Amino acid sequence: MSLLLEGIAIWKGYGGDDVLKGVDLKVNEGECLVIVGPSGSGKSTLLKCLNLLEPISSGSILFEGREIAGLRRHEAALVRRRIGMVFQSFELFQHLSAEDNIALARIKVLGDEPARAREMARHLLRKVHLPDKAEMYPDELSGGQQQRVAIARALAMQPALMLYDEPTSALDPETVGEVLDVMQELADDGMTSIVVTHEMSFARRAANRVIFLDGGRIAHSGSSESFFSDAVPDRVARFLGRIRA
Amino acid sequence: MSIFSPHIMLGYLLSANFLHAALMTVWISLASLLAGMVIGLVLAAGQEVPSRFVRGLITAYLWLFRGTPVLLQLVFAFNVLPVFGIVLPAYACAVLALGLNEGAYMTEIMRSGIRAVGPGQRTAARALGFEERQIMLSVVLPQALRIVIPPIGNQFNGMLKLSALVSVIGVQELLLTADQTASMNFRYLETLTVAGLYYLLMTTVLMVIQVFIERACSRRRGRSAKAAALKLFSPANLGLVR
Repeated sequence: MSLLLEGIAIWKGYGGDDVLKGVDLKVNEGECLVIVGPSGSGKSTLLKCLNLLEPISSGSILFEGREIAGLRRHEAALVRRRIGMVFQSFELFQHLSAEDNIALARIKVLGDEPARAREMARHLLRKVHLPDKAEMYPDELSGGQQQRVAIARALAMQPALMLYDEPTSALDPETVGEVLDVMQELADDGMTSIVVTHEMSFARRAANRVIFLDGGRIAHSGSSESFFSDAVPDRVARFLGRIRA
Repeated sequence: MSIFSPHIMLGYLLSANFLHAALMTVWISLASLLAGMVIGLVLAAGQEVPSRFVRGLITAYLWLFRGTPVLLQLVFAFNVLPVFGIVLPAYACAVLALGLNEGAYMTEIMRSGIRAVGPGQRTAARALGFEERQIMLSVVLPQALRIVIPPIGNQFNGMLKLSALVSVIGVQELLLTADQTASMNFRYLETLTVAGLYYLLMTTVLMVIQVFIERACSRRRGRSAKAAALKLFSPANLGLVR
Protein backbone atom coordinates (compact mmCIF):
# COMPACT_ATOMS: atom_id res chain seq x y z
CA MET A 1 0.00 0.00 0.00
CA SER A 2 1.47 3.32 -0.98
CA LEU A 3 1.28 6.50 1.00
CA LEU A 4 -1.24 8.97 -0.44
CA LEU A 5 -1.27 11.80 2.07
CA GLU A 6 1.05 12.71 4.89
CA GLY A 7 0.75 15.57 7.32
CA ILE A 8 3.84 16.44 9.32
CA ALA A 9 3.67 18.68 12.39
CA ILE A 10 0.68 20.63 11.08
CA TRP A 11 0.28 23.77 13.12
CA LYS A 12 -2.61 26.16 12.63
CA GLY A 13 -3.19 29.37 14.54
CA TYR A 14 -6.03 31.86 14.24
CA GLY A 15 -4.79 35.13 15.70
CA GLY A 16 -3.67 34.14 19.18
CA ASP A 17 -5.46 30.77 19.26
CA ASP A 18 -3.67 27.64 18.21
CA VAL A 19 -6.25 25.25 16.81
CA LEU A 20 -3.85 22.58 15.61
CA LYS A 21 -0.64 21.99 17.54
CA GLY A 22 1.60 19.74 15.55
CA VAL A 23 -0.62 17.08 14.03
CA ASP A 24 1.03 14.14 12.23
CA LEU A 25 -1.02 11.80 10.12
CA LYS A 26 -0.63 9.34 7.29
CA VAL A 27 -3.20 7.91 4.92
CA ASN A 28 -2.39 5.04 2.60
CA GLU A 29 -4.17 4.45 -0.66
CA GLY A 30 -7.44 2.61 -0.14
CA GLU A 31 -7.50 3.36 3.58
CA CYS A 32 -10.31 4.85 5.61
CA LEU A 33 -9.11 7.08 8.41
CA VAL A 34 -11.67 8.23 10.95
CA ILE A 35 -11.03 11.30 13.10
CA VAL A 36 -13.01 11.64 16.31
CA GLY A 37 -12.83 14.08 19.15
CA PRO A 38 -14.81 16.66 21.10
CA SER A 39 -16.09 19.77 19.35
CA GLY A 40 -13.49 22.49 19.14
CA SER A 41 -10.68 19.94 19.01
CA GLY A 42 -9.72 21.06 15.51
CA LYS A 43 -11.14 18.18 13.45
CA SER A 44 -12.86 20.33 10.82
CA THR A 45 -9.95 22.74 10.68
CA LEU A 46 -7.61 19.82 10.05
CA LEU A 47 -9.70 18.68 7.08
CA LYS A 48 -9.83 22.21 5.65
CA CYS A 49 -6.06 22.46 5.96
CA LEU A 50 -5.56 19.16 4.15
CA ASN A 51 -7.27 20.39 0.98
CA LEU A 52 -5.84 23.89 1.31
CA LEU A 53 -9.11 25.66 2.08
CA GLU A 54 -7.21 27.00 5.09
CA PRO A 55 -3.50 27.85 5.00
CA ILE A 56 -1.44 26.19 7.73
CA SER A 57 0.86 28.19 9.98
CA SER A 58 3.69 25.69 9.85
CA GLY A 59 4.33 22.09 9.01
CA SER A 60 4.12 20.09 5.87
CA ILE A 61 1.46 18.34 3.79
CA LEU A 62 2.55 15.78 1.22
CA PHE A 63 -0.08 14.67 -1.27
CA GLU A 64 0.88 12.02 -3.83
CA GLY A 65 4.46 12.58 -2.78
CA ARG A 66 4.45 16.34 -3.38
CA GLU A 67 4.53 19.21 -0.92
CA ILE A 68 1.23 21.07 -1.23
CA ALA A 69 1.26 23.33 1.84
CA GLY A 70 1.61 26.98 0.83
CA LEU A 71 0.70 26.48 -2.82
CA ARG A 72 -0.59 29.57 -4.55
CA ARG A 73 -4.24 30.00 -5.55
CA HIS A 74 -4.17 28.42 -8.98
CA GLU A 75 -1.95 25.52 -7.94
CA ALA A 76 -4.10 24.94 -4.86
CA ALA A 77 -7.21 24.77 -7.07
CA LEU A 78 -5.51 22.10 -9.16
CA VAL A 79 -4.81 20.04 -6.03
CA ARG A 80 -8.41 20.42 -4.84
CA ARG A 81 -9.69 18.82 -8.03
CA ARG A 82 -8.01 15.65 -6.78
CA ILE A 83 -9.49 15.85 -3.27
CA GLY A 84 -13.25 15.58 -2.86
CA MET A 85 -14.96 17.15 0.14
CA VAL A 86 -18.34 16.63 1.74
CA PHE A 87 -19.70 19.15 4.23
CA GLN A 88 -21.92 18.90 7.26
CA SER A 89 -24.38 21.34 5.66
CA PHE A 90 -24.29 19.64 2.20
CA GLU A 91 -23.85 22.97 0.37
CA LEU A 92 -25.44 21.78 -2.85
CA PHE A 93 -25.76 24.61 -5.37
CA GLN A 94 -29.31 25.75 -4.74
CA HIS A 95 -30.01 26.93 -8.28
CA LEU A 96 -29.13 23.62 -9.93
CA SER A 97 -30.82 20.23 -10.17
CA ALA A 98 -29.13 17.20 -8.60
CA GLU A 99 -27.75 16.20 -11.98
CA ASP A 100 -26.41 19.68 -12.75
CA ASN A 101 -24.89 19.96 -9.28
CA ILE A 102 -22.83 16.89 -10.06
CA ALA A 103 -22.02 17.89 -13.64
CA LEU A 104 -21.13 21.57 -13.01
CA ALA A 105 -17.50 21.12 -12.01
CA ARG A 106 -16.92 18.62 -14.83
CA ILE A 107 -18.18 21.23 -17.28
CA LYS A 108 -16.75 24.43 -15.81
CA VAL A 109 -13.53 23.19 -14.23
CA LEU A 110 -12.50 20.33 -16.51
CA GLY A 111 -14.19 21.60 -19.68
CA ASP A 112 -16.18 18.42 -20.32
CA GLU A 113 -18.96 18.26 -22.90
CA PRO A 114 -22.19 19.00 -20.98
CA ALA A 115 -23.90 15.89 -22.38
CA ARG A 116 -21.03 13.68 -21.28
CA ALA A 117 -20.86 15.31 -17.85
CA ARG A 118 -24.59 14.77 -17.33
CA GLU A 119 -24.32 11.16 -18.36
CA MET A 120 -21.62 10.72 -15.76
CA ALA A 121 -23.81 12.53 -13.23
CA ARG A 122 -26.65 10.07 -13.81
CA HIS A 123 -24.24 7.19 -13.42
CA LEU A 124 -23.07 8.63 -10.09
CA LEU A 125 -26.66 9.17 -8.94
CA ARG A 126 -27.25 5.45 -9.43
CA LYS A 127 -24.11 4.77 -7.44
CA VAL A 128 -25.45 6.74 -4.45
CA HIS A 129 -28.85 5.05 -4.85
CA LEU A 130 -30.72 8.09 -6.20
CA PRO A 131 -31.38 7.05 -9.80
CA ASP A 132 -34.70 8.90 -10.03
CA LYS A 133 -33.67 12.24 -8.47
CA ALA A 134 -31.69 13.75 -11.38
CA GLU A 135 -34.22 16.51 -12.04
CA MET A 136 -34.88 17.38 -8.40
CA TYR A 137 -33.59 20.57 -6.83
CA PRO A 138 -31.81 20.57 -3.46
CA ASP A 139 -34.81 21.97 -1.59
CA GLU A 140 -36.95 19.13 -2.92
CA LEU A 141 -34.64 16.49 -1.44
CA SER A 142 -34.35 15.19 2.12
CA GLY A 143 -31.14 15.84 4.05
CA GLY A 144 -29.89 12.32 3.47
CA GLN A 145 -30.61 12.57 -0.24
CA GLN A 146 -28.89 15.95 -0.46
CA GLN A 147 -25.83 14.59 1.25
CA ARG A 148 -25.67 11.65 -1.15
CA VAL A 149 -25.91 14.07 -4.09
CA ALA A 150 -23.07 16.03 -2.47
CA ILE A 151 -21.00 12.84 -2.30
CA ALA A 152 -21.74 12.18 -5.98
CA ARG A 153 -20.76 15.77 -6.77
CA ALA A 154 -17.38 15.24 -5.13
CA LEU A 155 -16.93 11.87 -6.84
CA ALA A 156 -17.55 13.44 -10.25
CA MET A 157 -14.07 14.94 -10.16
CA GLN A 158 -12.69 11.41 -9.75
CA PRO A 159 -10.70 12.37 -6.66
CA ALA A 160 -7.87 10.34 -5.23
CA LEU A 161 -9.05 11.18 -1.73
CA MET A 162 -12.40 11.98 -0.12
CA LEU A 163 -12.76 14.19 2.95
CA TYR A 164 -15.99 13.99 4.95
CA ASP A 165 -16.59 16.74 7.51
CA GLU A 166 -19.25 15.45 9.90
CA PRO A 167 -21.38 14.31 6.97
CA THR A 168 -24.26 13.02 9.09
CA SER A 169 -24.33 15.55 11.94
CA ALA A 170 -27.08 17.64 10.33
CA LEU A 171 -29.27 14.65 9.46
CA ASP A 172 -32.18 13.17 11.29
CA PRO A 173 -31.40 9.70 12.65
CA GLU A 174 -33.47 7.91 10.03
CA THR A 175 -31.42 9.15 7.10
CA VAL A 176 -27.98 8.84 8.74
CA GLY A 177 -27.80 5.18 7.74
CA GLU A 178 -28.30 5.75 4.02
CA VAL A 179 -25.41 8.21 3.89
CA LEU A 180 -23.09 6.02 5.97
CA ASP A 181 -23.95 3.03 3.75
CA VAL A 182 -22.85 4.92 0.66
CA MET A 183 -19.63 6.00 2.38
CA GLN A 184 -18.94 2.45 3.44
CA GLU A 185 -19.59 1.09 -0.06
CA LEU A 186 -17.12 3.61 -1.46
CA ALA A 187 -14.55 2.69 1.16
CA ASP A 188 -15.07 -1.00 0.38
CA ASP A 189 -14.48 -0.21 -3.30
CA GLY A 190 -11.10 1.18 -2.33
CA MET A 191 -11.82 4.92 -2.15
CA THR A 192 -9.31 6.51 0.18
CA SER A 193 -11.15 8.60 2.74
CA ILE A 194 -10.72 10.70 5.84
CA VAL A 195 -13.90 10.97 7.86
CA VAL A 196 -14.63 13.32 10.73
CA THR A 197 -17.63 11.87 12.51
CA HIS A 198 -19.31 11.06 15.78
CA GLU A 199 -20.75 7.86 14.34
CA MET A 200 -18.76 5.24 16.21
CA SER A 201 -20.62 2.42 14.49
CA PHE A 202 -19.23 3.68 11.19
CA ALA A 203 -15.73 3.96 12.64
CA ARG A 204 -15.95 0.41 13.88
CA ARG A 205 -17.21 -0.98 10.57
CA ALA A 206 -15.35 1.03 7.96
CA ALA A 207 -12.24 2.54 9.51
CA ASN A 208 -8.79 1.07 9.14
CA ARG A 209 -7.47 3.50 11.70
CA VAL A 210 -8.96 5.96 14.14
CA ILE A 211 -7.42 9.17 15.41
CA PHE A 212 -8.62 10.86 18.57
CA LEU A 213 -8.03 14.60 18.37
CA ASP A 214 -8.15 16.62 21.56
CA GLY A 215 -7.19 20.29 21.96
CA GLY A 216 -5.44 20.39 18.60
CA ARG A 217 -3.24 17.37 19.31
CA ILE A 218 -3.56 13.71 18.49
CA ALA A 219 -4.31 12.22 21.89
CA HIS A 220 -4.54 8.68 20.64
CA SER A 221 -4.43 6.79 17.40
CA GLY A 222 -4.64 3.16 16.47
CA SER A 223 -6.31 0.50 14.40
CA SER A 224 -10.05 0.46 14.73
CA GLU A 225 -9.92 -2.86 16.62
CA SER A 226 -7.52 -1.51 19.22
CA PHE A 227 -9.43 1.76 19.42
CA PHE A 228 -12.63 0.11 20.52
CA SER A 229 -10.95 -2.37 22.85
CA ASP A 230 -10.65 -1.63 26.54
CA ALA A 231 -6.99 -0.76 26.28
CA VAL A 232 -7.43 2.92 25.42
CA PRO A 233 -6.37 5.86 27.56
CA ASP A 234 -8.90 7.17 30.08
CA ARG A 235 -9.54 10.37 28.12
CA VAL A 236 -10.57 8.39 25.03
CA ALA A 237 -12.64 5.95 27.05
CA ARG A 238 -14.48 8.84 28.72
CA PHE A 239 -15.19 10.44 25.34
CA LEU A 240 -16.42 7.20 23.81
CA GLY A 241 -18.50 6.51 26.90
CA ARG A 242 -20.16 9.88 26.63
CA ILE A 243 -20.95 9.39 22.96
CA ARG A 244 -22.46 5.99 23.60
CA ALA A 245 -24.53 7.32 26.50
CA MET B 1 -66.38 74.56 -21.28
CA SER B 2 -67.22 71.40 -19.31
CA ILE B 3 -64.96 70.42 -16.46
CA PHE B 4 -64.15 67.09 -18.05
CA SER B 5 -64.46 66.04 -21.65
CA PRO B 6 -64.03 62.30 -22.30
CA HIS B 7 -63.87 63.05 -25.98
CA ILE B 8 -60.84 65.31 -25.62
CA MET B 9 -59.19 62.87 -23.27
CA LEU B 10 -59.62 60.00 -25.71
CA GLY B 11 -58.18 62.19 -28.43
CA TYR B 12 -55.04 62.80 -26.36
CA LEU B 13 -54.84 59.17 -25.36
CA LEU B 14 -54.60 58.10 -28.98
CA SER B 15 -52.56 61.05 -30.24
CA ALA B 16 -49.12 60.52 -31.75
CA ASN B 17 -47.73 63.18 -29.39
CA PHE B 18 -48.57 61.26 -26.24
CA LEU B 19 -47.60 57.94 -27.74
CA HIS B 20 -44.18 59.33 -28.64
CA ALA B 21 -43.85 60.83 -25.19
CA ALA B 22 -44.70 57.49 -23.57
CA LEU B 23 -42.14 55.73 -25.73
CA MET B 24 -39.58 58.34 -24.70
CA THR B 25 -40.39 57.65 -21.05
CA VAL B 26 -39.97 53.91 -21.61
CA TRP B 27 -36.76 54.42 -23.54
CA ILE B 28 -35.18 56.74 -20.94
CA SER B 29 -36.21 54.43 -18.09
CA LEU B 30 -35.04 51.26 -19.78
CA ALA B 31 -31.70 52.73 -20.85
CA SER B 32 -31.06 54.22 -17.40
CA LEU B 33 -32.05 51.01 -15.66
CA LEU B 34 -29.85 48.85 -17.88
CA ALA B 35 -26.92 51.25 -17.41
CA GLY B 36 -27.57 51.13 -13.67
CA MET B 37 -27.69 47.34 -13.65
CA VAL B 38 -24.41 46.99 -15.50
CA ILE B 39 -22.75 49.54 -13.21
CA GLY B 40 -24.27 47.83 -10.17
CA LEU B 41 -23.18 44.35 -11.19
CA VAL B 42 -19.62 45.39 -11.96
CA LEU B 43 -19.22 47.51 -8.83
CA ALA B 44 -20.83 44.93 -6.55
CA ALA B 45 -18.39 42.33 -7.85
CA GLY B 46 -15.68 45.00 -7.50
CA GLN B 47 -16.45 45.39 -3.83
CA GLU B 48 -15.42 41.78 -3.31
CA VAL B 49 -11.85 42.36 -4.51
CA PRO B 50 -9.09 42.72 -1.92
CA SER B 51 -7.79 46.07 -3.25
CA ARG B 52 -8.62 48.86 -0.80
CA PHE B 53 -8.12 51.47 -3.48
CA VAL B 54 -10.80 49.92 -5.71
CA ARG B 55 -13.24 49.56 -2.83
CA GLY B 56 -12.52 53.14 -1.78
CA LEU B 57 -13.35 54.44 -5.25
CA ILE B 58 -16.61 52.50 -5.27
CA THR B 59 -17.54 53.81 -1.85
CA ALA B 60 -16.83 57.38 -3.00
CA TYR B 61 -19.13 56.88 -5.98
CA LEU B 62 -21.92 55.52 -3.79
CA TRP B 63 -21.45 58.37 -1.33
CA LEU B 64 -21.64 60.99 -4.06
CA PHE B 65 -24.60 59.68 -6.04
CA ARG B 66 -26.71 58.53 -3.12
CA GLY B 67 -25.91 61.63 -1.15
CA THR B 68 -27.16 64.26 -3.60
CA PRO B 69 -30.59 64.71 -5.21
CA VAL B 70 -30.99 63.07 -8.58
CA LEU B 71 -32.59 66.29 -9.82
CA LEU B 72 -29.36 68.11 -9.01
CA GLN B 73 -27.34 65.46 -10.86
CA LEU B 74 -29.64 65.85 -13.84
CA VAL B 75 -29.39 69.62 -14.00
CA PHE B 76 -25.65 69.34 -13.37
CA ALA B 77 -25.17 67.03 -16.35
CA PHE B 78 -27.22 69.34 -18.54
CA ASN B 79 -25.83 72.71 -17.46
CA VAL B 80 -22.33 72.11 -16.10
CA LEU B 81 -20.88 69.55 -18.50
CA PRO B 82 -21.06 71.99 -21.44
CA VAL B 83 -18.82 74.34 -19.46
CA PHE B 84 -16.12 71.67 -19.80
CA GLY B 85 -16.84 71.29 -23.49
CA ILE B 86 -18.98 68.20 -23.14
CA VAL B 87 -22.19 68.99 -24.97
CA LEU B 88 -24.66 66.14 -24.98
CA PRO B 89 -28.23 66.04 -26.27
CA ALA B 90 -30.81 66.36 -23.48
CA TYR B 91 -31.88 62.71 -23.61
CA ALA B 92 -28.23 61.61 -23.28
CA CYS B 93 -27.82 63.84 -20.21
CA ALA B 94 -30.97 62.25 -18.84
CA VAL B 95 -29.71 58.70 -19.28
CA LEU B 96 -26.26 59.67 -17.99
CA ALA B 97 -27.59 61.20 -14.78
CA LEU B 98 -30.35 58.68 -14.12
CA GLY B 99 -28.07 55.77 -15.04
CA LEU B 100 -25.27 56.86 -12.74
CA ASN B 101 -27.73 57.51 -9.94
CA GLU B 102 -29.41 54.17 -10.48
CA GLY B 103 -26.01 52.46 -10.60
CA ALA B 104 -25.33 53.54 -7.02
CA TYR B 105 -28.54 51.96 -5.76
CA MET B 106 -28.10 48.88 -7.96
CA THR B 107 -24.63 48.35 -6.51
CA GLU B 108 -26.17 47.99 -3.07
CA ILE B 109 -28.93 45.70 -4.37
CA MET B 110 -26.50 43.48 -6.23
CA ARG B 111 -24.19 43.44 -3.22
CA SER B 112 -26.98 42.30 -0.95
CA GLY B 113 -27.80 39.57 -3.49
CA ILE B 114 -24.19 38.42 -3.63
CA ARG B 115 -23.90 38.46 0.15
CA ALA B 116 -27.12 36.48 0.47
CA VAL B 117 -25.42 33.53 -1.19
CA GLY B 118 -23.87 31.81 1.81
CA PRO B 119 -20.10 31.46 2.17
CA GLY B 120 -20.55 27.68 2.27
CA GLN B 121 -21.53 27.72 -1.40
CA ARG B 122 -18.22 29.32 -2.30
CA THR B 123 -16.30 26.94 -0.08
CA ALA B 124 -18.03 23.98 -1.75
CA ALA B 125 -17.10 25.30 -5.19
CA ARG B 126 -13.54 25.98 -4.07
CA ALA B 127 -13.28 22.43 -2.76
CA LEU B 128 -14.23 21.16 -6.22
CA GLY B 129 -11.31 23.04 -7.75
CA PHE B 130 -13.16 26.10 -9.06
CA GLU B 131 -11.13 29.29 -9.52
CA GLU B 132 -12.45 32.46 -7.88
CA ARG B 133 -13.74 34.01 -11.13
CA GLN B 134 -15.59 30.81 -12.04
CA ILE B 135 -17.15 30.70 -8.58
CA MET B 136 -18.55 34.19 -9.07
CA LEU B 137 -19.89 33.42 -12.56
CA SER B 138 -21.18 29.88 -12.14
CA VAL B 139 -22.22 29.68 -8.51
CA VAL B 140 -22.69 33.09 -6.86
CA LEU B 141 -24.17 35.34 -9.56
CA PRO B 142 -26.82 32.89 -10.84
CA GLN B 143 -28.17 32.61 -7.31
CA ALA B 144 -27.74 36.30 -6.50
CA LEU B 145 -29.63 37.42 -9.63
CA ARG B 146 -32.69 35.40 -8.61
CA ILE B 147 -32.62 37.06 -5.22
CA VAL B 148 -32.46 40.58 -6.64
CA ILE B 149 -35.33 40.27 -9.14
CA PRO B 150 -37.96 41.74 -6.76
CA PRO B 151 -35.86 44.77 -5.72
CA ILE B 152 -34.87 45.38 -9.35
CA GLY B 153 -38.55 45.29 -10.29
CA ASN B 154 -39.05 47.91 -7.62
CA GLN B 155 -36.27 50.06 -9.04
CA PHE B 156 -37.69 49.83 -12.55
CA ASN B 157 -41.11 50.83 -11.30
CA GLY B 158 -39.53 53.77 -9.48
CA MET B 159 -37.48 54.66 -12.54
CA LEU B 160 -40.54 54.91 -14.80
CA LYS B 161 -41.90 57.61 -12.53
CA LEU B 162 -38.55 59.18 -11.69
CA SER B 163 -38.02 59.75 -15.40
CA ALA B 164 -40.67 62.51 -15.17
CA LEU B 165 -37.87 64.62 -13.68
CA VAL B 166 -36.10 64.84 -17.01
CA SER B 167 -38.87 67.13 -18.20
CA VAL B 168 -36.92 69.92 -16.48
CA ILE B 169 -34.12 69.63 -19.03
CA GLY B 170 -36.58 69.60 -21.90
CA VAL B 171 -36.75 65.93 -22.81
CA GLN B 172 -40.08 65.39 -24.52
CA GLU B 173 -41.43 62.68 -22.21
CA LEU B 174 -44.90 62.18 -20.78
CA LEU B 175 -45.06 64.86 -18.11
CA LEU B 176 -43.59 67.61 -20.27
CA THR B 177 -45.90 66.68 -23.14
CA ALA B 178 -48.92 66.74 -20.86
CA ASP B 179 -47.89 70.07 -19.39
CA GLN B 180 -47.22 71.67 -22.76
CA THR B 181 -50.45 70.37 -24.23
CA ALA B 182 -52.44 71.71 -21.31
CA SER B 183 -50.78 75.10 -21.43
CA MET B 184 -52.33 75.60 -24.85
CA ASN B 185 -55.95 75.01 -23.83
CA PHE B 186 -55.88 74.61 -20.03
CA ARG B 187 -57.26 71.07 -20.28
CA TYR B 188 -55.09 70.02 -17.34
CA LEU B 189 -57.52 67.39 -16.11
CA GLU B 190 -57.56 65.56 -19.43
CA THR B 191 -53.86 65.84 -20.26
CA LEU B 192 -52.60 64.89 -16.80
CA THR B 193 -55.12 62.04 -16.61
CA VAL B 194 -53.85 60.72 -19.94
CA ALA B 195 -50.25 60.95 -18.69
CA GLY B 196 -51.31 59.15 -15.51
CA LEU B 197 -53.04 56.43 -17.51
CA TYR B 198 -49.91 55.87 -19.56
CA TYR B 199 -47.81 55.59 -16.40
CA LEU B 200 -50.29 53.10 -14.95
CA LEU B 201 -50.26 51.08 -18.15
CA MET B 202 -46.46 50.92 -18.12
CA THR B 203 -46.15 50.00 -14.45
CA THR B 204 -48.85 47.33 -14.83
CA VAL B 205 -47.14 45.74 -17.80
CA LEU B 206 -43.93 45.82 -15.80
CA MET B 207 -45.55 44.05 -12.85
CA VAL B 208 -46.83 41.29 -15.11
CA ILE B 209 -43.42 40.90 -16.74
CA GLN B 210 -41.80 40.68 -13.33
CA VAL B 211 -44.15 37.92 -12.22
CA PHE B 212 -43.35 35.91 -15.32
CA ILE B 213 -39.62 36.38 -14.91
CA GLU B 214 -39.86 35.27 -11.29
CA ARG B 215 -41.93 32.32 -12.35
CA ALA B 216 -39.43 31.31 -15.00
CA CYS B 217 -36.65 31.56 -12.45
CA SER B 218 -38.44 29.76 -9.66
CA ARG B 219 -37.52 26.24 -10.39
CA ARG B 220 -40.57 24.46 -9.15
CA ARG B 221 -42.76 23.11 -11.86
CA GLY B 222 -46.52 22.66 -11.65
CA ARG B 223 -47.18 26.24 -10.68
CA SER B 224 -49.43 27.56 -13.45
CA ALA B 225 -49.47 30.99 -15.02
CA LYS B 226 -53.00 31.32 -13.69
CA ALA B 227 -51.80 30.85 -10.14
CA ALA B 228 -49.16 33.50 -10.72
CA ALA B 229 -51.77 35.91 -12.05
CA LEU B 230 -54.08 35.21 -9.12
CA LYS B 231 -51.24 35.94 -6.74
CA LEU B 232 -50.38 39.14 -8.60
CA PHE B 233 -53.88 40.51 -8.26
CA SER B 234 -54.55 39.12 -4.81
CA PRO B 235 -55.76 41.67 -2.22
CA ALA B 236 -52.57 41.27 -0.23
CA ASN B 237 -50.40 42.01 -3.25
CA LEU B 238 -52.41 45.08 -4.17
CA GLY B 239 -51.92 46.43 -0.68
CA LEU B 240 -55.64 46.19 0.21
CA VAL B 241 -55.02 44.03 3.26
CA ARG B 242 -52.05 43.90 5.50
